[in-house]
Amino acid sequence: MADVMDGRGAVRRKGGLRLWLSACWLAVVVVVALLAPWVAPHDPLAQDLFLGRMPPVWMQGAEPGYYLGTDSLGRDVLSRMIHGARIALAVALFAGVITALLGASLGLLAGFMRGWVDLVISRLIDIWMAFPPVLFSILLIAVLGPGLSSIIIAIVVIDWTRFARVVRAEAMAQGAMDYVQSARVAGRGRLGIMLVEVLPNVLPTVIVLLTLEMGIAVIVEAILSFVNLSISTDDPTWGGMISEGRASIHQAWWVLVFPLATLFLTVLAFSQLGEGLKDRFDPVLR
Amino acid sequence: MSFLEVRDLSLRIKGEQTRLLRSVSLSVSVGEVRGLVGESGAGKSMIGKAVLGILPRAVEVAGGEIWLDGQNLLALPVAQRRRVIGAKAALIPQDPLTALNPSRRIGPQITDRLVDILGWARNRAEARALELLEEVQIADPARVMRSYPHELSGGMRQRILIASAFAAEPKLIVADEPTTALDVTVQKQILRLIKGMQERHGTALLFVTHDLGVVSKVCQTISVLYAGLMVEDSATAAFYAGPRHAYSRALLAATPKYTDPLGSLTPVPEAVIAAVRAEVAAADGGWHG
Repeated sequence: MADVMDGRGAVRRKGGLRLWLSACWLAVVVVVALLAPWVAPHDPLAQDLFLGRMPPVWMQGAEPGYYLGTDSLGRDVLSRMIHGARIALAVALFAGVITALLGASLGLLAGFMRGWVDLVISRLIDIWMAFPPVLFSILLIAVLGPGLSSIIIAIVVIDWTRFARVVRAEAMAQGAMDYVQSARVAGRGRLGIMLVEVLPNVLPTVIVLLTLEMGIAVIVEAILSFVNLSISTDDPTWGGMISEGRASIHQAWWVLVFPLATLFLTVLAFSQLGEGLKDRFDPVLR
Repeated sequence: MSFLEVRDLSLRIKGEQTRLLRSVSLSVSVGEVRGLVGESGAGKSMIGKAVLGILPRAVEVAGGEIWLDGQNLLALPVAQRRRVIGAKAALIPQDPLTALNPSRRIGPQITDRLVDILGWARNRAEARALELLEEVQIADPARVMRSYPHELSGGMRQRILIASAFAAEPKLIVADEPTTALDVTVQKQILRLIKGMQERHGTALLFVTHDLGVVSKVCQTISVLYAGLMVEDSATAAFYAGPRHAYSRALLAATPKYTDPLGSLTPVPEAVIAAVRAEVAAADGGWHG
């Protein structure tokens, strides 16, 4: 008579190695950044001109206690990277979340409400995307003045279109589904349908985009530091270290290579975390 | 007056003159099942959508009235129309795979409308949902209430949609090809289920389908549409004994016979199509929207 519960509920997808590897790396970066004053072996700003360009500990002529060597001013590379992680993560978190909130809200409105709302938001996206992003951000920082909040504002202002476009398309697709129609018949208002029915279905997409955006934010911060438009040059940042290391690449490669590798791994971890989460939480893929 | 009365309803695409529905009238009484058949594009789903107030945004009403339980829906302000429809009518959708929200549990999807829109207490709504799931013969309803749609089969999802449609005891249900997306064996169960529920609850049912075999099993009255024009409105028994309109006769003759599975299919003859098209043109000639 009645069909019984079939086996679909029992299917569980494996989290996957990449989800765990990327989550572990990010966890390490987060913990280290939070505990920076305690785990950093030296003051990141302390200069010692007698200890300039010391190689990492495993190489000939290293100075004990300076594990990843020192830069040309004798500052400890490891300590500067640890403190740089704080800025990188702060930018990733705040810029990522604010961008996601702004872009996803506008995209959801445009894709679900359609009509003139969609028209206005879509044209805005088109116009926005015609600006070259790097020049736009440099211009913005020039106007706002350097500083952590300026970087975050610049990223939000430039990257909200990334969320808006994708979420708009997703909301449009969801809006055409029969369950939206059933909700309309039942008497739910448009705002209610948008928030209760459609929003939960675009959230997985938003989360994936958010992790990608966090990776992008780290890179943007590094780029701006590289061209000296980030926060004050006293504070150690990964981008700033790469920029300084470039000048002495032949004499002290470690000043450039370690921050670069960390940056690379962190951005990779963010994007892989997003992919892994998508596999796990997307109801369509389940 | 019947529970649902559609009078001279015309629909068109916004900004265009050609009508999708051409002055269609039909009525469904409480306890009656009316079949609405026609080729794809004939406008049968559009009637159901117009009644439930879910026309696509590009389509507009070009004339006519829709009366639901004595209220002229098209004359009501939008918010009030929505409340009337929500309380008195419900939809059994075509595709069970997209008609349940994939990211929400089944339970709230059934109870939400009762709680949020009709103001029931949550535990009363949940008891009602459990009772209905049992009525549509779902084993272990409590567990199904906690499931997500992707954990259930297509047939089960369609049963849930039927239960959900009956939840608020609406007096009219529009079933928009409710069995088209299911395989044949499940179709039969679902049809029997809808028919049984309709009889027990005494609802009026507008049954949209392109399957004349289904109509003969479920419906008491039948309306045939061609290109938005209603060409036949008969009792089912009379229809199968001998349709009045030449197009309906040809449509009935075109139905594949189970007794002759290898026989070639009969298309609707050209002459019949030409004749019914002339009728459509005549209907348009006398219409000024």
